[in-house]
Amino acid sequence: CDMSEVLRQRELKPGQSPYRALLDTLELSNSRLSLQLINDNNKVRLLLELYRLQGNMTRVKINELKPLKPRYEVPDVLLSHPITEALSVVAQDENSLVVSLGGKDQRLILSAQPFRLDIVEGSQVLMSLNSRGLLAFEHLRTRKDTISHKISSTVGSMWDSLKKDDDKPGMWEETFKSHTDSKPNGPTSISLDFSLPGVEHVYGIPEHADTLKLKNTDGSDPYRLYNLDVFQYELHNPMALYGAVPVLISHSTDRTMGIFWLNAAETWVDISSNTTMFGKILDFVQVSSEAPQTDVRWMSESGIIDVFIMLGPKPADVFTQYASLTGTQSFPPLSALAYHQCRWNYNDQEDVKTVDQGFDEHDIPYDFIWLDIEHADGKRYFTWDPSKFPQPKEMLQGLMDKRRKLVAIVDPHIKVDSGYKIHNEIRSKNFYVKNKDGGDYEGWCWPGNAGYPDFTNPEMRTWWASQFAYDQYEGSMENQYIWNDMNEPSVFNGPEVTMHKDALHGVWEHRDVHNLYGLYVQKATADGLIQRSEGVQRPFVLTRAFFAGSQRYGAVWTGDNAAEWGHLKISIPMCLSLGLVGISFCGADVGGFFKHPSAELLVRWYQAGAYQPFFRAHAHIDTPRREPWLFGPENTALIREAIRQRYALLPYWYQLFYNAHRTGQPVMRPLWVEYPDDFATFSIEDEYLIGKDLLVHPVTDEGATGVTAYLPGKGEVWYDVHTFQKHDGDQSLYIPVTMSSIPVFQRGGSIICRKDRVRRSSSCMENDPYTLYVALGSQGSAEGELYIDDFHTFSFEEAKQFVHRRLSFSANTLSSRNLAPDSQFSTASWIEKIVIFGGSQPSSATLKSADGTESALEFEFDSTLAVLTLRKPGVNAAADWTIVLR
Amino acid sequence: MTCLHLLLTLVFAVSLGTPVEIQRPRGVPLTKKQFYEESKPFTCLDGSRTIPFDRVNDDYCDCKDGSDEPGTAACPNGSFHCTNAGYRPMFIPSSRINDGICDCCDTTDEYNSGAKCENTCKELGRKEREVLQKMAEITKEGFLLKQQLIEEAKKGQQEKQSKVTDMQENKKQLDEKVEALRTVKETAEQPEKEAKERHLKAWEEQKAAIRLEKDKAKMAETFLELDDNADGFVSVSELQSHAELDPDADGTLTEIEAQGLMGGAEQVDTSTFESVWPKIKDKYHSESQAEEPAPVETPPDEVKEPVVDNDSEPYPEDDISEEEDEDDEDEDDYHEDDDKAQPTIKTPEKTHEDEEAMPPYDADTQALIDAAQKARDDFEEAEKALREMDDQIRNIEKELSFDFGPDAEFTYLYSQCYELTTSEYIYRLCPFNRVSQKPKYGGSETNLGTWGSWSGPENNKYLLMKYEQGTGCWQGPNRSTTVKLTCGKETVVTSTSEPSRCEYLMEFTTPAVCQEPANIDPSPHDHVEL
Repeated sequence: CDMSEVLRQRELKPGQSPYRALLDTLELSNSRLSLQLINDNNKVRLLLELYRLQGNMTRVKINELKPLKPRYEVPDVLLSHPITEALSVVAQDENSLVVSLGGKDQRLILSAQPFRLDIVEGSQVLMSLNSRGLLAFEHLRTRKDTISHKISSTVGSMWDSLKKDDDKPGMWEETFKSHTDSKPNGPTSISLDFSLPGVEHVYGIPEHADTLKLKNTDGSDPYRLYNLDVFQYELHNPMALYGAVPVLISHSTDRTMGIFWLNAAETWVDISSNTTMFGKILDFVQVSSEAPQTDVRWMSESGIIDVFIMLGPKPADVFTQYASLTGTQSFPPLSALAYHQCRWNYNDQEDVKTVDQGFDEHDIPYDFIWLDIEHADGKRYFTWDPSKFPQPKEMLQGLMDKRRKLVAIVDPHIKVDSGYKIHNEIRSKNFYVKNKDGGDYEGWCWPGNAGYPDFTNPEMRTWWASQFAYDQYEGSMENQYIWNDMNEPSVFNGPEVTMHKDALHGVWEHRDVHNLYGLYVQKATADGLIQRSEGVQRPFVLTRAFFAGSQRYGAVWTGDNAAEWGHLKISIPMCLSLGLVGISFCGADVGGFFKHPSAELLVRWYQAGAYQPFFRAHAHIDTPRREPWLFGPENTALIREAIRQRYALLPYWYQLFYNAHRTGQPVMRPLWVEYPDDFATFSIEDEYLIGKDLLVHPVTDEGATGVTAYLPGKGEVWYDVHTFQKHDGDQSLYIPVTMSSIPVFQRGGSIICRKDRVRRSSSCMENDPYTLYVALGSQGSAEGELYIDDFHTFSFEEAKQFVHRRLSFSANTLSSRNLAPDSQFSTASWIEKIVIFGGSQPSSATLKSADGTESALEFEFDSTLAVLTLRKPGVNAAADWTIVLR
Repeated sequence: MTCLHLLLTLVFAVSLGTPVEIQRPRGVPLTKKQFYEESKPFTCLDGSRTIPFDRVNDDYCDCKDGSDEPGTAACPNGSFHCTNAGYRPMFIPSSRINDGICDCCDTTDEYNSGAKCENTCKELGRKEREVLQKMAEITKEGFLLKQQLIEEAKKGQQEKQSKVTDMQENKKQLDEKVEALRTVKETAEQPEKEAKERHLKAWEEQKAAIRLEKDKAKMAETFLELDDNADGFVSVSELQSHAELDPDADGTLTEIEAQGLMGGAEQVDTSTFESVWPKIKDKYHSESQAEEPAPVETPPDEVKEPVVDNDSEPYPEDDISEEEDEDDEDEDDYHEDDDKAQPTIKTPEKTHEDEEAMPPYDADTQALIDAAQKARDDFEEAEKALREMDDQIRNIEKELSFDFGPDAEFTYLYSQCYELTTSEYIYRLCPFNRVSQKPKYGGSETNLGTWGSWSGPENNKYLLMKYEQGTGCWQGPNRSTTVKLTCGKETVVTSTSEPSRCEYLMEFTTPAVCQEPANIDPSPHDHVEL
């Protein structure tokens, strides 16, 4: 039997669609257009709904007109009902319908026979749906060999046509290895094709260990989206990994667009590059016959077709559009952006203490130490091993005294043990996922036999969240945060190491909700952390499985990678892909989870990880210890320096996460996002931007003595942050490297705030002064932002307690201006130094404070590098001020 | 704005109960006081630049070496000195100044962070003195013990050395003795062999005569049996009554065939029967025991079975070792048991010879045999003694070859074992041999490494022992153990841990590593405070 039932659909080849739109069934309300589609082969009718959504989006929904029973529609992913905008039919004939989408002459053309949709702008086709005739919709039916079939076959003539659809093996029951899927609903899969004329580059649909630019899947497996606990995953492979975000982004020099396929069942995506084959169908649309085209085909095992087409046109617009649907990145507490030290496992309290001291002895900063599964009593989460961690509060207090924090793992498989409170409560409340026969579903995982709480049940989630209360979770304290692993969910003895598809979540099959399970686990956990602090503290929860919308609940990592150079390299496109679809807080296990890294690989990974959003070292239990000081003094120094660079840049990371939280713009960006017209950037995945102002080119090759970095932007300049050397944009540049650092460039025209007084944890640096790095652009000006709040509560949102300032330099004047006049926050931080790259030597520098007082600033000028350093302006970071150079 | 104009601070050094004011900038150690003079511009300690003195500790880093900010966190590479009166002075990185964490016991590092620090120097000092004192006592006593150990070891070593010398001398004599006895033995064995052969030959001849006699008797008996009519002749028909004599095995003995057996004669008398008898004696069934069942073909079975077993055994064994490691050993045990059990159960019964046993040796032969046996015993005994002596010499030489430390102070650990019981396991350290771990509540022992080498730091390699190549770990390396030696009066394993998968760490106290106490000051109370 085939790996996946869904792939049967792949046998369907492009051609004339059997579907026909019944234009006489058209219904149009203010914001909703609906009409029926009929499959001329079997006469089954579908209902098509079209919505125009605020912010230049179109939603296309297709369901059975009269399904035997409801089909699953994904809840809880959209923030709310998307706001709709008026639709109007501007033209209609016997075979087509033209709907105005408003805006820039955008229209949607619906062709009746064969059914297809084309979204056009002016004379240009932006996207076509079902133009290849691959719309397929396996309607719910009754099994022929049952009595109920005979009864329901009287329903109508459509059943006659069903005879064509002879039952095929696998339709009603499938076997994968030794596992049998009972498939009580029979085949239910859906499929639809999208054509993107003029597009050669598509991205997104994580999670795959593959290139940033998605590959053509002709002749290989499609990209698969099915959350799985994959053991030692392979690189450059479209196989499914731990998480799934069914969002594809297309980009060309003309336009950036997105397709959000809202379906939580097993999903496959085929991508092929073609040239446009339009023309005759749409006479009034001009298409160059030479144009490249990308065809995308989505297939899902169950549910309905519910697609959001995000029309851009710019990358930032697509991010905004997607954020308006599924929300933005949660704003983490500052410390979560600092360095995390993890290992499976820190053995006991003494070990934790020793490692903590090790960081101080070697003067290496860190904020979080992590405890993996061995910390719990027999893998009973929410408990502590009584011999290894007898006094968890003592341990947590010890860390708190150092202003540090801890993460403990809480996985969603619950040991079946009548002596375990969590299990007993879940069982008595009937909160477990059920097997197909109605009993509690049980599978093997770390604790042995385990039950799986039904996180799709809101009551269950509420109960789960309540378990994080300090009086419930014994031994926990406010500096303890949570890690959700194995939430695909991982079932060691299940098909493909996950849950049986016919397991039941209330009335829905696991098949319908699979990719959503991990999101719910993280959501319920994050809710728990918020509630335990009575809504005051921002949570921090790391998850391995995820779905569209997971960005709202915390951080994600790329799972169980390996200590290999290829894995270091792939961490860049993997996190870039996640960032494009909303999940900014991404990282890979520094050093690699499986296997033992060489000192060189470890150092290079620290240097790369220091410039990725989630910065955590982790290691498998069978690997030798690898705390940063175990590789000799030279490597210790190199790792210390990498981590210190991260800490110095925390103000910038923090501001970018604030920005991501407010606007949905990714933190870690492919170059093309900021240089959308520069074709040379479209496939780059060995370097990237942090925000728009830092360009990072990690060293990911063993023994590398140099890298070739592409600096984008015609007429722009870039400054090497280590040497202050200036380089022109729009060129590939060979940069020699030593082991001491990786190439990082600051964009000319930007101002970046750093805290150069690196201390042992980010909390220790809260009140420290800032140094402003002003990199002048070719026009002699620069801009940047500074964001400050209390770094860990919701006050920034609920009480507007924050500082957000615009820093700008032009005409030899640097000033700080309030971007949020209605906000309030007082900070002890001040401006200790200003470093200006690319300027000239002034004769004087005058600081004008808000109260009008003026004072002269001392400065130094390095004429060889053209670096001007202003000594100690001393102004408060929240104040208005101006510095004039003469 | 936070400008900290905390240029100069008064530092009170409590010494001998009299407070003395020593004025110097915050964070500067006394030894560097002279570089910070308020009246003069300050020159960075690396000489890189000179700045006005009011820029010392002004919370802005002017010197590359951080020397202008000894009391603030402004310089990334600076360090802060805390006096810690009552305890030990120390330097901390500048980044720990005002970071909200109390690092200096005199609280001077947190002068502006709001951290509530308590001066704990006195308490720490007291504790440290206690610890030091205890340590000193331990070291002192340990060192004394060590001297004894050294002495004993040296004595032991000398004894062993001289023992080896003695033994080697003895061995030479033994060698000679063995050779002499070998000659005696060989000399005695020659006549023994000849006498035995003679005896055997005589016995063989006697046996042949007896056998002939018996055959004749049987022949006569048979003749009487065959001669049914007792006419003194065995006729063809009389012979035909014994179908078993049928030469072509077709079940009937025809007249012609019977005649053939009888050499063409119609009948034979007793003397002619002598020529017929050899042709029929093997097949002939005595009428008196005719109904007795013929012996079945059991012997081949008995022989075959163990052979089959031996042949087939390697295959299942191989399969098991490939598939299931865990069960392998158990299965092996079963097989071994079978092997041992089978021979005892299935040993074929000895076929009884009808003939009587060989008669005892005559007195002369027996005397020769006894003499040879004695020579053999004497020789073997001597040879065994020689082997034992060889073993002893080898063992002592092996022991003498170990590196038992510069003064042989670790000698006493040789061939000893030390145990530590934790909640789950019993750990066992046998120095210079191996480390092992055994579950407390049953289960087999795991080898955590066999003696590898001393592996302490270059200046004292005798602080660490490395045991390597223990039992392999699943998906991992072979287990290994590092034993950390610290000075103690007693020789004990104090703790074990597994800091990294399959890499064990054992803490072990022994007087053998106690260093000579730096005995300068009899009262350690005063110099600590300085």
